[in-house]
Amino acid sequence: MIEILRDYGVLLLVGQFPNGPLGGLALTLCLAITGLIASFPLAVLMGIARTSPIAAIRAPATAIVYVVRGLPVLMLIFWAYFIVPILVGHSVSGTTTLICALVIYELAFMGEVVRAGIEAIPAGQVEAARSLGMTYGQAMRKVVLPQALVHMTPSILSQLINLIKNTSLGYIISVNELTYAAYQVNAQLLTKPFEVYLILAVTYFVICWLLSLCVNRLEKKLNRSSTRNPTKEATA
Amino acid sequence: MPDFNFGAVLQGRYLDWLIAGACKTLLLFFAAWISGFLIGLLVVSLRESRARPLELLAKAFVGYHRNVPGLVQVFIWYFGVPQILPEAWQAWINDHGSEFFLVWIALSLNAGAYMSEDLRSGVRSLPPTQLEAARALGMTFVQAMRVVILPQALRVALPPLTNQSLSLFKSTSLAMAIGFAEMTYAAHQVENESFRTFETFAIASVFYWAGSFLLMWLGHACSVKLKAGRAAR
Repeated sequence: MIEILRDYGVLLLVGQFPNGPLGGLALTLCLAITGLIASFPLAVLMGIARTSPIAAIRAPATAIVYVVRGLPVLMLIFWAYFIVPILVGHSVSGTTTLICALVIYELAFMGEVVRAGIEAIPAGQVEAARSLGMTYGQAMRKVVLPQALVHMTPSILSQLINLIKNTSLGYIISVNELTYAAYQVNAQLLTKPFEVYLILAVTYFVICWLLSLCVNRLEKKLNRSSTRNPTKEATA
Repeated sequence: MPDFNFGAVLQGRYLDWLIAGACKTLLLFFAAWISGFLIGLLVVSLRESRARPLELLAKAFVGYHRNVPGLVQVFIWYFGVPQILPEAWQAWINDHGSEFFLVWIALSLNAGAYMSEDLRSGVRSLPPTQLEAARALGMTFVQAMRVVILPQALRVALPPLTNQSLSLFKSTSLAMAIGFAEMTYAAHQVENESFRTFETFAIASVFYWAGSFLLMWLGHACSVKLKAGRAAR
């Protein structure tokens, strides 16, 4: 096992970088973080649309959520592989395809997180904001979203864990992330699949487990501050 | 826009592949759901057993399956585990369709870990006095679980269990990575040969949507029924 790490550790960490394209664990993390950043603003819009009082906005947003939730991520990746080149007019790399598929996936799942966050804000707050003369948009921007987003941080962080796990599907379209790198290492060694995949599993485990500890911490902290001083977060 | 021709895909061996893929997806889903649910019950009883080593074991089991990608879990079972098994076992597995067998194990364990968490949230939602009262009435632990605790816990756990079943249904597509010819694999294969990408993916997607919506509806119908049963009493 140590020999594998000595011979292939760098390949698993960064791929061919700096002499070639970035790969391995570094690419996995880049993909997940890019996916999170790219999908966040869209997810907020999605959450607002899902809770909108106007049915014509709510209905299509709900449809998108169900359509995406009903498909395996692999099918989303295949669809992206087919549709994205048509939309942009030229062929795109596997990395771009994967990010597009992950953003669509997160649009539905993180959108639901945002929706839950918005719905958790007591209706009285919106009513109070409206009766002070704010428009719906102002009430959303100044009263509801700032509080909802703070409450949502743990859930958004768990979406990052989800994204990290889902980047492993890039293997199917030969994106050189961690799982694909491990697959290649295994193909070169041939005799030690158990060790190679154990290293792979342990790597994912450590990263996702550490992140989930952060999620738990954050949740506890938020719960404590909201029970001790319920008005504090409104100003935060 | 190109002209769509679903007939070109829904015929001959393409149709055969897609039907076989649909059957294999459903088979894998039902098999893994049943074994996953049983594993979930086992793990939750270990977790709530109040015996430290068993609790830790259950916790580690759940932790592993929650923090490692499903695809990697499938790889471990398909590529890794046969290597450390005795050769006679390897030969036996290979003779009996190793793809289905190993991916079934991987998905069941994964689903079991998640389902145990859902069941646990259900058990935890009940006051501990219920179990104590049942025991005081002379019920054994198993009786109390079966008659008092689990029926109520299931009611609470039903929405997350529905979600979990949906996840499992979609996870069956991971089996394509090791060459088990379920729906996603079949769609990929048909697309490769017929070049009718849109039609093929649309058919596969409709299949997954139908399955997913049916599961969501079933979960909803069950929870409505359980609530009605509760109100009647």
